[in-house]
Amino acid sequence: MTGDPAAIEVLLERWLEAEFTRHPVAPLAESIAALPRQQRDFALDWVKRTATVNVHVAHMVARHVPGMLAHMDPRTVEAWIMQAMDACDRDGLKAALEVLRDPQRFVRLGREHAAGAVFDDIAGILRSFVTGLAGRALRLEQGDATWTDGETLYLPPVVAEMESAADNFQLAKAMVTLLWAQTRFGTFRADIVAHCGRFPDPARAQRLFHTLETLRLEACIDRELPGLGREMRRMKVGTPGVLPAGRAGGTPNAAWLDYAERLAAPASTVEDTLSLLACAYADEPAVPPWQGQLFPEKVAELMAARIEREKMLLRVKLNTLLEERQQAPRDDAPAPEVELRALESEVMELPRFEMTIDAAPVPIPEDVRQLLTSIQLDLGEIPPEYLQPAGPGEYDPSLIQPEQKDPDDVWKGTYHEEGAVFFPEWDYGRQHYRKNWCVVREKDVAPVNDEFVAGVLRRYAGHARQLRRTFEAMRDADRRDKRQTEGDDVDFDALVESIAEHHAGMEWNDRVLTRLHRSERDIAALFLVDMSGSTQGWINEAERAALLLLCEAFEALGDRYAIYGFSGMTRKKCEIFRIKRFDEPYDDTVRGRISGVRPQDYTRMGFAIRHATELLCAVEAKTRLLITLSDGKPDDYHDNYRGKYGIEDTRRALLEATRAGIRPFCITLDQEARDYLPHLYGAARYTVVDDVAKLPYKVADIYRRLTL
Amino acid sequence: MQDVELISPQLAILDEEPYYHAVGDEVPLYESAYRNRLPVLLKGPTGCGKTRFVEYMAWKLKRPLVTVACHDDLTAADLVGRYLIVGGQTVWMDGPLAAAVRAGAICYLDEVVEARKDTMVVIHPLADSRRVLPVEKRGELVHAPAEFMLVISYNPGYQSVLKELKQSTRQRFVAFEFDYPDAEIEAAIVSRETGIGRDVAAKLVKFAAMTRNLKGSGLDEGASTRLLVHAGKLIADGVTPVAACRAAIAQAVTDEPEMLAAVHEMSSSIF
Repeated sequence: MTGDPAAIEVLLERWLEAEFTRHPVAPLAESIAALPRQQRDFALDWVKRTATVNVHVAHMVARHVPGMLAHMDPRTVEAWIMQAMDACDRDGLKAALEVLRDPQRFVRLGREHAAGAVFDDIAGILRSFVTGLAGRALRLEQGDATWTDGETLYLPPVVAEMESAADNFQLAKAMVTLLWAQTRFGTFRADIVAHCGRFPDPARAQRLFHTLETLRLEACIDRELPGLGREMRRMKVGTPGVLPAGRAGGTPNAAWLDYAERLAAPASTVEDTLSLLACAYADEPAVPPWQGQLFPEKVAELMAARIEREKMLLRVKLNTLLEERQQAPRDDAPAPEVELRALESEVMELPRFEMTIDAAPVPIPEDVRQLLTSIQLDLGEIPPEYLQPAGPGEYDPSLIQPEQKDPDDVWKGTYHEEGAVFFPEWDYGRQHYRKNWCVVREKDVAPVNDEFVAGVLRRYAGHARQLRRTFEAMRDADRRDKRQTEGDDVDFDALVESIAEHHAGMEWNDRVLTRLHRSERDIAALFLVDMSGSTQGWINEAERAALLLLCEAFEALGDRYAIYGFSGMTRKKCEIFRIKRFDEPYDDTVRGRISGVRPQDYTRMGFAIRHATELLCAVEAKTRLLITLSDGKPDDYHDNYRGKYGIEDTRRALLEATRAGIRPFCITLDQEARDYLPHLYGAARYTVVDDVAKLPYKVADIYRRLTL
Repeated sequence: MQDVELISPQLAILDEEPYYHAVGDEVPLYESAYRNRLPVLLKGPTGCGKTRFVEYMAWKLKRPLVTVACHDDLTAADLVGRYLIVGGQTVWMDGPLAAAVRAGAICYLDEVVEARKDTMVVIHPLADSRRVLPVEKRGELVHAPAEFMLVISYNPGYQSVLKELKQSTRQRFVAFEFDYPDAEIEAAIVSRETGIGRDVAAKLVKFAAMTRNLKGSGLDEGASTRLLVHAGKLIADGVTPVAACRAAIAQAVTDEPEMLAAVHEMSSSIF
């Protein structure tokens, strides 16, 4: 794209629908034209993509991007646009415009120019990092600020207070570690709200407490992770005015230096921090970039619920343990005495425990160990009443297991998303995924025991027999072939015979070796069956018959296979129907399920392919096949899945599958398939069955040819 | 067949004491199994000291040690022996298992699940009260002397369901469970094996603990004690700790770029 403002203006006029919206386009074209080549292309590309969502959004993008590119690297700008898109998907246009209106709110820049660390890019690494740190299992999510509620750590979408991408990553790592430290070193064991409430300005007291406590935790981190401690000190040096400094900034404040030293003592706890709060109240120093924010009320709320739940859970698990050892408390006998002894540990180390039941040592199962760790982090110890096993009548089960909502309640008026899995969807206009777009549930097909199965097997008996013979011949296994001319070991029986025959005057037979034949057939196949309403009637019957014959053939072959159906109505109700899982044997239940397959709703294919990809990736096999049985194009009720959007999303899902090492293939009844299937599956990876009645004959045969 | 020459490899007794730091009561237990002529199964993750323990016990009991690393091309003939032609003559060459039996040595089959199942049944008659090794090709039944002992090892955490030890095999053995030692002991071991100071060794052990927390969340196995020793040796040779951790530990446990980056961040946070 040339830097000619006039040419750019023409494009913008078209994309932003200037004649309808009356947005002045000329100044936007000027500022974009003035950008260097790569940035110009970047800006125009994003205006075009966001214009497919909404022109007002695109207009905002066109207005802000040139200015942002002067201060941030393109990846950060991209993250800002993505944030707006996600807000749009979740909460609508207004939310998107909110994000776009004020770029400064999105990313706090600490420098004139910054290359930010974007949450999506670093979350994977940081999640693993946090898992490696000891303690309670914590989640890592994107939030509006840097804080934790004791169970989840939140980071902002972009961290850009330092200048380089590497430094911003280190900063994000420091933030995450500090949040972890709050839980690990007992920041929330004290009642912060009550304490700060005693001061004239509780909010100020809380801020100062946070700053003091951060000093203590920095010392803890320095002891545990000296390398990170060193990084953090370096970043402090590079950030002027940071603690310990007085309000004037720049000059270290002696009082705060003293506080820092006192809190750096190895045995100091949150109580020590609180005791210093009164003196520290006078001054409010600058804070380090990783400090984040404190929301003690939210922490307390979760903690109260968690403490209740974990106390019950521990008692229940102890009861289970006793039952397994046949030592469960009975009415007539005294209850066995469960004791926990903390092993000696260094100061500030979480002690490990030894458990005894009636003075006999017992190994502690992993889940109980994690529970003990979590309780310790909250309370500092394991109170003795926690060690009393709880029998079934003694606790409220709903505390431990949240109420299971019935997935069928959806559409009965109570929509909920519990128990569902979310899948993204590809928006080809935006050239990006819509996150958590499809609400997917797995259901079992209810088996139907009717005459269908017997009828099919009768009608196609001859064909089934032939199939079984053909497929059995395809079987492969490790075996040792005898009487070979080439091989790795001697076949003594054959050798003895040869010698004897040779002795008797016959010609020498050189088939005297054995060779190891290794089975190379290591295939797992997943059949994805379209259960949309359009399969009503003949097609449904033919599909079911084809599946039955397929199963009969597979039993002779030995490959691993699974059968799932899919259907959906709008993105909020996407369903996968289990007909046969990989590890399930082919028995009457499966036959009953095949018989019970009934047409459902629409054909939103993307999520089904993504789900099938996940299932296939969980199976170990050299070759993984995903075979779709369909009767038509991707389609859905009301929203724009019918048409190019649906085809592009399906194609994207198939590309993802291919990239995961899966080979997709399509068997279709749609005569128009040649219009769109090559675009989806590739020229050679689909086949059209022109007559429904032939489907049962063809499916198994197609599989055979696929895997020869 | 009687006058075919039999060649059995010479076996030597270890003369230098291998360094082994006992963790529990495994040493007297093993000695008791030996006295009672029971075979032993060592379970545990890779690199936690199983082989070193067997070496130590072989030295302590003053028996030769024959080690076989099992893999899925291992045939029964590889273990028991085969006919060979040497200088125009047919000879019988004992495999490591037969040699160990004849000499009354300790035979250690490492990672026994890797071998094919039909190969494994060869050891069944040795692992029960009969203590005989049938050598069908020679028509011979070799009786194990009292000093012979069979030891096998395997890693039960290994993912693949296809590779499990059959009950008919495992129920013939006395089983020992091995795990990574406690932090202080592990640091002492690493320090002794590599010559690095206790503080650096303690940091390596802490790093290993962090990677072990990742087991099941992206890593199949955390860093083993063996990998720590590798890293320690590099550090003792002058390599910076972070680079040593990257080469000797991170790259050894995973190939995934994101996990590599995470493990690298862990090591750079500690050192």
